[in-house]
Amino acid sequence: MKSEIKNETVYSRRRFIKNLGGGVIVVFCLGEMSFSSLFAQEILAPEEIDFNAYLRVKEDGRVDCFTGKIEMGQGIVTSLAQVVAEELEVSIYNIDMVMGDTELCPYDRGTWGSLTTRFIDPVLRAAAAETREVLLDLAAEHFGISKSFLQVIEGVVSVKDDSTKKISYAELTNGKKIVRSLTRKPEIKKAKDFKLIGKPIGSLDAEAKVTGKAKYSGDILLPGMVHATIVRPEVFGSKKVKVDASKLADFAGAQLVEKDNLVAVVHRDPEVSNQAANSIQVTWDAPVAKANQETVFQYLEDTIQDHEVFKKEGTLSSGKEVSTVYKEATYHDGYKAHASIETHVATCFFEGDKFTLWASTQSPFGTRSAVARALQMPEEKVHVKQIFLGGGFGGKSNSQQSIEAATISKLCGKPVQLVWSRKEEFMYDNFRTAAVVKVAGGTDNKGKLKLWDFDIYCAGTRGTELFYGVPNNRIRSFNQSGVHPFGTGAWRAPGNNTTTFARESHIDVMAHAAGIDPLEFRLKNLNNNDMIATLQLAAKTFGYDKEKEPGHGYGIALGQDAGTLVAMIAEVFVDTKTGEVQPIRIVCSQDMGQVVNPHGATLQTEGGITMGIGYALSEEIEFEGGDLKTTNFNRYEITRFSKTPTIECVFIDKMDSAPQGGGEPAIICVGAAIANAVFDACGARVNRMPITPERILTAL
Amino acid sequence: MKQVNFSLNGKPVSLEVQGQESLLTVIRIYLSQTGTKYGCGIGECGACTVLIDKEPVRSCTTLAEDIEGKDIISIEGLHTQEALHPLQEAFISHDALQCGFCTSGMIMNAYGFLLQNPNADRKKIIEGMESNLCRCGAYNRIVDAIQTAGKEMLK
Repeated sequence: MKSEIKNETVYSRRRFIKNLGGGVIVVFCLGEMSFSSLFAQEILAPEEIDFNAYLRVKEDGRVDCFTGKIEMGQGIVTSLAQVVAEELEVSIYNIDMVMGDTELCPYDRGTWGSLTTRFIDPVLRAAAAETREVLLDLAAEHFGISKSFLQVIEGVVSVKDDSTKKISYAELTNGKKIVRSLTRKPEIKKAKDFKLIGKPIGSLDAEAKVTGKAKYSGDILLPGMVHATIVRPEVFGSKKVKVDASKLADFAGAQLVEKDNLVAVVHRDPEVSNQAANSIQVTWDAPVAKANQETVFQYLEDTIQDHEVFKKEGTLSSGKEVSTVYKEATYHDGYKAHASIETHVATCFFEGDKFTLWASTQSPFGTRSAVARALQMPEEKVHVKQIFLGGGFGGKSNSQQSIEAATISKLCGKPVQLVWSRKEEFMYDNFRTAAVVKVAGGTDNKGKLKLWDFDIYCAGTRGTELFYGVPNNRIRSFNQSGVHPFGTGAWRAPGNNTTTFARESHIDVMAHAAGIDPLEFRLKNLNNNDMIATLQLAAKTFGYDKEKEPGHGYGIALGQDAGTLVAMIAEVFVDTKTGEVQPIRIVCSQDMGQVVNPHGATLQTEGGITMGIGYALSEEIEFEGGDLKTTNFNRYEITRFSKTPTIECVFIDKMDSAPQGGGEPAIICVGAAIANAVFDACGARVNRMPITPERILTAL
Repeated sequence: MKQVNFSLNGKPVSLEVQGQESLLTVIRIYLSQTGTKYGCGIGECGACTVLIDKEPVRSCTTLAEDIEGKDIISIEGLHTQEALHPLQEAFISHDALQCGFCTSGMIMNAYGFLLQNPNADRKKIIEGMESNLCRCGAYNRIVDAIQTAGKEMLK
């Protein structure tokens, strides 16, 4: 099996290169490089080790940079171009990012986990550095002198002490096709030599997006295309029993498509296809409801039997014995939707046995495999094309809509566009799971933590390693598949939002019980110097010692995600008559190693915080078993303009270290920072997110 | 089927419609102007906002039969061949977008708002924009961009 994959990969590498025109092409193969140590903790597919990135300097001097990652608003179309431009010594505006096209780009598992900057940046920088060396070799040959006498400025190579002797990358590549595979780790620049890395660069895709020209999957309109509407059950997980399509004849040109559990209508006009789909009566067999949004927490605790111990030090009983302050609490978090403004979309067509697809997917290569599997066709017959995504946040990691569109297109024999309605988007969202965290903590009479017992139901252990020094601690994870009434999946820093809420709320509870200010309590108990520095930067930036206005409160939360340390301090105002919370100000300090594009990192942090306010204060999925009651934005309250506080982002200066994750980390601290600020403002300790006005009034 | 006549981005359009179609379908699918986006279908998110006779409206809840004789402007009609609109310039300079999917609706809603409230302060802008949703969290930058564009439009 292994060798088969290998052969296919070698084949695809050859094919990629053959399909390209002239110029200088540098192929980067991770397996041959010491870079693979970067991925030591990951299990990699052979494709990933074999062939990871490549660059092509074209005959007009422009540079194509190929990556299997996609752009969904996280800004890598800019930051990746930035690192290539840095090493290659060309203008960033001369770089064309070719992203997520399965026939042009090297394999990539998916754009998630805040991995791009950590893992693709070094790879692309190496490829760009090598490309620069190849071009310098060509120039040295051209001038008949040693490379060491040459310099590059903005894509033009010149002789250092004779500026009349110069030649551009375009001229050097003209008429040539040079393919190089990296065999050694190239010399990459040191931080002191950076011209672009670390500089704020505005988003390169902004103009396309403000003019409406940027293309998303639904903006591809194909000749002869039909629009598909799928008839869905009201209850998630229902099985089809009977279909009555007798009224379909009323809609001229409407065609019924049926396969297994799928019932759909296609028509040239999406309005008619919707109306026609509404006329179809399907009898469904629905699963029995086991829980709703109120009972689900007890249901999860009662149902899940299996657990594993994630971390354990000392003994809990001796921790309890030496504790003079002991507090237990249970924290709850409901299901959350990704709620990207773009729903899941796929536009596709067959040409003979070849299938072409534009899909809102965070994993073009995963979608290629999933579609090939579902339609029983070879992977190389499926081509997923580059497209912008209107938000992802983990929610576009599966390929359901692509498989549906492909199936429908195959059955009706026409190009198809499938745009999920907002209701479908909620139903098949793969929510961030509802979760329970049971915590017990203890401190001695000096306010030092001695005991930490942390039982997590359904939220997983990501980011839960303690950065507080606690001699007796245990972290356990309880989970069971099939326990939720809906699909669940990754949601921007998955369960770390929930567990950080529980840990940092409870740290605050311990601080208050010990009679120590929450900032001082944390500084006293932290055992990670980087985290101490990050918290101190946050406190200084925030002005933590400043006097509060009446009704205002401050709240701190710390967390770690994707290699980045986060310290957040929030100021809120609570109206104790209505229970309404108004976030006033949030300061977020992060240690994310090297910050490639401080502007882009700031955008991501601001975005994470803004999104996080929604899950903390208002986002709630209501349901009775698989019968979803929350099906649109009228009942799912995401953050709005008026709830967005002033946000200030600061970063620890570490330009010489490796870059860490930026898309997810900040959001994990929002829940606890707000919960703790609410407590500080009015004395209401709310242990369940969202922290709604009703829950605050009840707690008061 | 019935005939509707209206103008889109200054160009006269005459179309056969059933009448109950949404203006969003008319613009996106019948007329292939895809800058206007579908987000929710019930007027709750604002991604589909266009101007009808200079008023911002949700095209997803506007019926095709109700646009007879109207002047409609979508995102494609905001800039000229030579120059971007001050709002577009300001959204770029403030980087007031991430995934870009709400952006057309944000800009069109802001355009309609600024036409009626040329001197709006921050608070007023937030009120005027409150029912447009952005999941990526660009709100603060969008307000900054609208303030900048508002000043520019007065010149």
